[in-house]
Amino acid sequence: MEVGQMQGRLVDYTKSLFMEGFLDGQFLQLQQLQDESNPDFVVEVVSLFFDDSEKLLNDLTMALDQKNVDFKKVDAHVHQLKGSSSSIGAQRVKNACIAFRNFCEEQNIEACLGCLQQVKQEYYLVKNKLETLFRLERQIVAAGGSIPLMEMGF
Amino acid sequence: MESCNCIEPQWPADELLMKYQYISDFFIALAYFSIPLELIYFVKKSAVFPYRWVLVQFGAFIVLCGATHLINLWTFTMHSRTVAVVMTTAKVLTAVVSCATALMLVHIIPDLLSVKTREVFLKNKAAELDREMGLIRTQEETGRHVRMLTHEIRSTLDRHTILKTTLVELGRTLALEECALWMPTRTGLELQLSYTLRQQNPVGYTVPIHLPVINQVFSSSRAVKISPNCPVARLRPVVGKCMPGEVVAVRVPLLHLSNFQINDWPELSTKRYALMVLMLPSDSARQWHVHELELVEVVADQVAVALSHAAILEESMRARDLLMEQNVALDLARREAETAIRARNDFLAVMNHEMRTPMHAIIALSSLLQETELTPEQRLMVETILKSSNLLATLINDVLDVSRLEDGSLRLDLGTFNLCAVFREVLDLIKPIASVKKLHVSLNLAPDLPEYAIGDEKRLMQTILNVVGNAVKFSKEGSISITAFVAKSESLRDSRAPEFLPVPSDNQFYLRVQVKDSGAGISPQDIPKLFTKFAQAQSTATRNSGGSGLGLAICKRFVNLMEGHIWIETEGLGKGCTAIFIVKLGIPERLNESKLPLMPKVSSNHGHTSFSGLKVLVMDENGVSRMVTKGLLVHLGCEVTMASSSDECLHVVSHEHKVVLMDVCVPGMDGYEIAVQIHEKFTKRHERPLIVALTGNTDKATKENCMRVGMDGVILKPVSLDKMRSVLSDLLEHRVLFEAI
Repeated sequence: MEVGQMQGRLVDYTKSLFMEGFLDGQFLQLQQLQDESNPDFVVEVVSLFFDDSEKLLNDLTMALDQKNVDFKKVDAHVHQLKGSSSSIGAQRVKNACIAFRNFCEEQNIEACLGCLQQVKQEYYLVKNKLETLFRLERQIVAAGGSIPLMEMGF
Repeated sequence: MESCNCIEPQWPADELLMKYQYISDFFIALAYFSIPLELIYFVKKSAVFPYRWVLVQFGAFIVLCGATHLINLWTFTMHSRTVAVVMTTAKVLTAVVSCATALMLVHIIPDLLSVKTREVFLKNKAAELDREMGLIRTQEETGRHVRMLTHEIRSTLDRHTILKTTLVELGRTLALEECALWMPTRTGLELQLSYTLRQQNPVGYTVPIHLPVINQVFSSSRAVKISPNCPVARLRPVVGKCMPGEVVAVRVPLLHLSNFQINDWPELSTKRYALMVLMLPSDSARQWHVHELELVEVVADQVAVALSHAAILEESMRARDLLMEQNVALDLARREAETAIRARNDFLAVMNHEMRTPMHAIIALSSLLQETELTPEQRLMVETILKSSNLLATLINDVLDVSRLEDGSLRLDLGTFNLCAVFREVLDLIKPIASVKKLHVSLNLAPDLPEYAIGDEKRLMQTILNVVGNAVKFSKEGSISITAFVAKSESLRDSRAPEFLPVPSDNQFYLRVQVKDSGAGISPQDIPKLFTKFAQAQSTATRNSGGSGLGLAICKRFVNLMEGHIWIETEGLGKGCTAIFIVKLGIPERLNESKLPLMPKVSSNHGHTSFSGLKVLVMDENGVSRMVTKGLLVHLGCEVTMASSSDECLHVVSHEHKVVLMDVCVPGMDGYEIAVQIHEKFTKRHERPLIVALTGNTDKATKENCMRVGMDGVILKPVSLDKMRSVLSDLLEHRVLFEAI
């Protein structure tokens, strides 16, 4: 496949991610921060996000498994996750976290468990998508092309 | 003959005659003695007898007379000398007393006679007083009757009761046989028998009004005696040969409401009268007395007054009922209107959000679509979609603007802006359309127009654009000229705008803009409708031009908000028209850079473009956001130190750091505490770094807390690159930044 086609596919794919709400404007900001002095900025941040989120999700699963659930701790974890996801623009994860926090305030264990499932699901989805995205980028770079800049005017 | 001292009687004693004399004298003496006793007895009985001593005298006289006669008894036979002496003494005394009495009586008898005369006189007087008292009593009774009648009549405000009561009371007071009231009919040509005293249901008996007897009664305000045979008095069939009693008739003025004019109160020419007829009992030989006639007259007047009061009351009650009905209706209408307004507001509020969201999605995606590769047909389709949706978005915004203007919730966004630039931009926008229509547009700005002004730039431009747009829209050919100048006070007062009272002041001026076109013009009667919502001049030319009809209405409201006035002058159809508006703008102070707009002007070419070497400390517990923020700052050229906890932050912070960005939306951790501690650490102001909080909370409490602990700024997450750039430049310029949250 030639570079132009690959670039076109990348652009389409990225657009689809935005359309479907997986990513929001914040992700674009990250991409803008990437320049010659910082060529892998986005990948670094996203990798950090993945590590952070895995840990947080494990902590959350354990915390909700307890006999007496410490909602304060759960809330703190969810808050962290929300912060991270909004920093990189993972919109759906962030929204799921917001809903999660509401149920934490109500101390509703059933709903919290449901939310946790939801968050996990969203997280894996967006992780999948981002990994695909990065793979496409690597392919383009390997083929000698440059990654096209996204310009979205809303 | 023996000689004795006895005295011999005059003549020899005749035995029989002597006996008679003897007896008579005896009786005389008896009478004479008993008369004074009787007198004394009776005088003692009566209390009033003025002449007591006369009585004594008289008594003495009588007693002595009696004594004389008694002693006389002894002189009939031979008597001694003593007896003679006693006799003589008695006689002498008697003579004396009787003479004295006679003399006394001469004085007394005239007095006694005059007493009698006085008695007669007093008796006459008493009779006279009795008569007068009878009269007064009658009058007083009449007066009482009148008062009572008046009270009865005036105690009710019901017409029928008044009249009925009058007749009943009059009948009772004057002991009438019959009493009747004749009222004029609607036509005014007849009198109809309306009320009678005895007959319960008066038959609708009418008499023509112009009978001579009736005229006679109507022409005088007094009660007039009329013949019992005249038609108004013949109420009962004449039974037998009874003598009908005397009949009196009196007029009762009927005051129409419209007669209550103070000035013509004495004028009675157009009055209507009713006739009251009163009949005395037949066969009673009673006559009408003067006081009775007076009573009747007074009553007739009172009845007139009572009737007029009743009429007024009826009128006012009717008016009050009408008002109450109207009130209820108005209240209902008001409540309905309020409900309608609330419904409309709710609807608009919903429309605001619900309609804008999809609208923007459509516009955004269409513009995105434009960027992609499309076939020419597809491109055409996409452009049409974009144009239509833009139009729709404008329409929605217009309607929402209008509703916000109506509510009064619209506020002007005041700011300093370049006045001339606004006009030039309008010109640029309008030139393409004008050139298509081959219209020539000219702009003429007065030289004394200030370069910068304070006002709502966006809305001013909207107004000018709308007015100029209208000029272009409705002109098929010719030219459009736009003039703008500072309005002086003389030219401010326009005869067409009498309610517009401009008050110029020192740091404000009035901008006057005139847009003249050579188009179809407007007929003068359409001008007032121009500024009303949704109304359009009903000519075929305008109807095809489209538009919602809201433009001028919105312009008018904007102009009013800017304390100005807008109007249209035209010389008639076909002669073009001129739209003129005046608005109040402020004059900025001598160019002071720091006073330039406080609105964040996000333009990547202004402000500091590189903050190279700026030392910034970022404190954030969340690794990912920490990294993102660092990335942002590094991209802008700053030197970034990171801290992941408050302790670390306090440990690391030094006077080299110019800015500290800390995340304060972490629950449980008090970012505010750190701010306080930093303040304490750096006492000198110029050494202390600027502390700015990053938060995702949009509530006022967060902002207030930050200000309280002495932070220099608050930024709302998420932060874009441009935002960070402008924030930093503002911060460094002004050393304070509080973003409107």
